[in-house]
Amino acid sequence: MSALAVERLTKSFGKHVVLRGVDLEVAEHEVVALIGASGSGKSTLLRCINLLEAIDEGRIFLADQEITGARNVNAVRRRIGIVFQSFNLFPHMNVMRNVTLAPRDVLGLSKAEADARAAELLERFGLADKRHEYPDRLSGGQQQRVAIVRALAMRPELMLLDEVTSALDPELVAEVLQVIGELAHGGMTMVLATHEMSFARDIANRVCFLDEGRILEAGTPEEIFTRPKEPRTQQFLERIIKARRL
Amino acid sequence: MAGEGDRRADLEVDRARSPRLVSSLRSGGDSRRSVAIALLSTVVFFVVVAVAITHAPGWPEVRSQFFNWGEFKATFPEVARAFLLNVKIFSIAEVLILVFALFLAVLRSLPGPVFFPLRALAIVYADLFRGIPTILVIAMLGFGAPALGLSYIPKSVIFWGIVSLVLIYSAYVSEVYRAGIDSIHPSQEAAARSLGLSRGQTLRRVILPQAVRRVIPPLLNDFIGLQKDTALVGTLGAIEAFQQSQIDTNATFNFTAYLSAAVLFVAITIPLARFTDWLVARDRRRRVAGGIA
Repeated sequence: MSALAVERLTKSFGKHVVLRGVDLEVAEHEVVALIGASGSGKSTLLRCINLLEAIDEGRIFLADQEITGARNVNAVRRRIGIVFQSFNLFPHMNVMRNVTLAPRDVLGLSKAEADARAAELLERFGLADKRHEYPDRLSGGQQQRVAIVRALAMRPELMLLDEVTSALDPELVAEVLQVIGELAHGGMTMVLATHEMSFARDIANRVCFLDEGRILEAGTPEEIFTRPKEPRTQQFLERIIKARRL
Repeated sequence: MAGEGDRRADLEVDRARSPRLVSSLRSGGDSRRSVAIALLSTVVFFVVVAVAITHAPGWPEVRSQFFNWGEFKATFPEVARAFLLNVKIFSIAEVLILVFALFLAVLRSLPGPVFFPLRALAIVYADLFRGIPTILVIAMLGFGAPALGLSYIPKSVIFWGIVSLVLIYSAYVSEVYRAGIDSIHPSQEAAARSLGLSRGQTLRRVILPQAVRRVIPPLLNDFIGLQKDTALVGTLGAIEAFQQSQIDTNATFNFTAYLSAAVLFVAITIPLARFTDWLVARDRRRRVAGGIA
């Protein structure tokens, strides 16, 4: 059974075509890294999977059930967690409230149940002492960890991570990557768009190189990073190596 | 980490508190000298104005007509009693406006072609009631509605005065709300929707709480306008503060009663303005300082 399947997905914004027929299958417990230049369609693909963007053509399956054209998008979204580059915590709520909002309002958990679930997750990711803080008072790394916890509190089947370390100061990247690594070890199915190549190499079972709205090349980290077949992939990786990011 | 955060928070609060007046003085160079100059020029300005007014040929007449202490003492209690009606009118109107205007703003922010008629209705409403002078709406409803002679609608002019004010000010306040809603970054909605919250839950839990906090100062500005416009309900014959001072003036041929009314209006708007400042500051403190929820 596949956790996620995307078939011939196309998406354009006006005349600008962002995705030109993407096929992607993700097995349960698999971690797939999407790499590629900015504008190659990584973020849009993730947003389409979460039904945040209406797609033009193609089909998306979650655990072998088609979710394209789903009548209840909210029911689909609560099964998929997404974490954004810019954290997007709710600034008027403290950490605890940020994390318990959806479990209480969407899943209908009682305050006690939701609080217990949140407390356990915050504890696990070293945020127990921050539960009453407001997002303004947290570092970028802490905010992003809270955003991850907020998504996890819904107990999603699938996590989508959209360049979650791109907005962070370099010294804060590690703490967030560590959390993601922990999730991967715990067997969480994940699709992550990332610029952190060495991290992608360490954590991903499979790496997909996106170029101009297509998955140009896919394979194990070993295959993509050491023996890329496509000239465009080679070019991209050379530029990354020059910039000392690999 | 925490220490540094504290200091940063303190700085922010200080910056928020330090009045712009002072910083604009400081930018003029040596601060003590600037303050001295400002003080001196202020004193000179007001002395000149005071001398000019009190030496005007008509001043003794104006003083006894407008600033008559005996008249003030005599009229103030009556005007103050009548002012309670103003307070009642704006208190009721404000609550209704807050609710009705929010409803209008939400109507106008509904997305998609299906809701076009509702959006159009809200737009037409706002255009219409911001365009008609308040006094005309009050006159038309206040005199017109009771004249219909329908037994099931109230005949009280105060009732129709309140209805008019709610209709007019909701048009303004809905625009204020809408500006607040539009100011919330779309990523907040994306975050909420991606957690599975419905459009309504997102609006109620995430968008509106932030939007309303942001628009408290302009909202209060509209309420100050509303408080003053309660005097217009007097044109329907309701004895509120302005109408009462008019009665006093007509009886004594002395205009000091107007001053009584003016003092009362100012006396409630100033605390309201300070209260808003306090609300805004508290909200900022709570978010920046955190810890105590």
